[in-house]
Amino acid sequence: MFVIVNGERTETRATLLPELLIELSHANAHVAIAVNEEVVPRASWAATTLSEGDAIEILTPRQGG
Amino acid sequence: MVSFYGKEFSSRILTGTALYPSPQIMQDAIRASGAQIVTVSVRREAAGGKSGAAFFSLISELGVTVLPNTAGCKTVREAVTTAKLARELFGQSWVKLEVIADDDTLQPEVVGLVEAAAILVKEGFQVFPYCTEDLSVAQRLRDVGCRVIMPWASPIGSARGITNRDALLLLRQRLPDVALVVDAGLGAPSHAAEAMELGYDAVLLNTAIAKARNPVDMAGAFRLGVEAGRAAFEAGLMGPRDFASPSTPTVGTPFWHAVP
Repeated sequence: MFVIVNGERTETRATLLPELLIELSHANAHVAIAVNEEVVPRASWAATTLSEGDAIEILTPRQGG
Repeated sequence: MVSFYGKEFSSRILTGTALYPSPQIMQDAIRASGAQIVTVSVRREAAGGKSGAAFFSLISELGVTVLPNTAGCKTVREAVTTAKLARELFGQSWVKLEVIADDDTLQPEVVGLVEAAAILVKEGFQVFPYCTEDLSVAQRLRDVGCRVIMPWASPIGSARGITNRDALLLLRQRLPDVALVVDAGLGAPSHAAEAMELGYDAVLLNTAIAKARNPVDMAGAFRLGVEAGRAAFEAGLMGPRDFASPSTPTVGTPFWHAVP
């Protein structure tokens, strides 16, 4: 199915969030995640199911002022 | 010492982590500034990307407190969600809250700012709002639970210094129990010293250091400026006078009343 990862249409076989993170090589990364503009705490990742068209933001620390 | 939400710091400089010529210069400049708090942002990570982790390890090496921002957010919803993501990433509840009205001026959108601050305080965040020098906005931010307020001196990255001194002074006088940080627009150590002379608790710097010809030396210069300004505030500055007043005693002046 297609999901939107950081604004880009992405083909995935994942049905659970951790599976998507493995596909994208983010499995152990220092990231925070929002699905459809709702923050998903790390403790809830394993139980988070994905649906066609979900918008997933994968975010990380960056330079800032 | 300066206190933000119960945490004590000896340095009165907060620095950003952006725009430096290299990661090494960023680290060296932050060390030279003496800053114990640095701001960072939250941004998208490319698939398989490790740049976020690499950046964060540089910051971790500095042993500083991290203050994540909501830079670029234009709505209450964006800012609140970004703050929550930052709390996930950094495992703490400090946030530099920015809600921006206009891309050219980076003017704070103060109505949304107050609304977002109220939401975040209720959700347990300790909010550092980036605002204008407007007293009523600052009072609203205090009333919704902000114990730190960060008015601009002038627009972000403009290096114009304090453009509304009277308003910043009024904020200091009217909000004696709030930690006030001048955030944005400072371009020179003298600007930072002026903010400290007004009784501000700290300054937040980024562009003025990062875009200097020598960022590390400029960070050191800002450190001195902030220390000088704070020391002057604590020493008690005399007020301005309309007319001259001789500093040298007039009694015993030779040729007193002598006619040429």
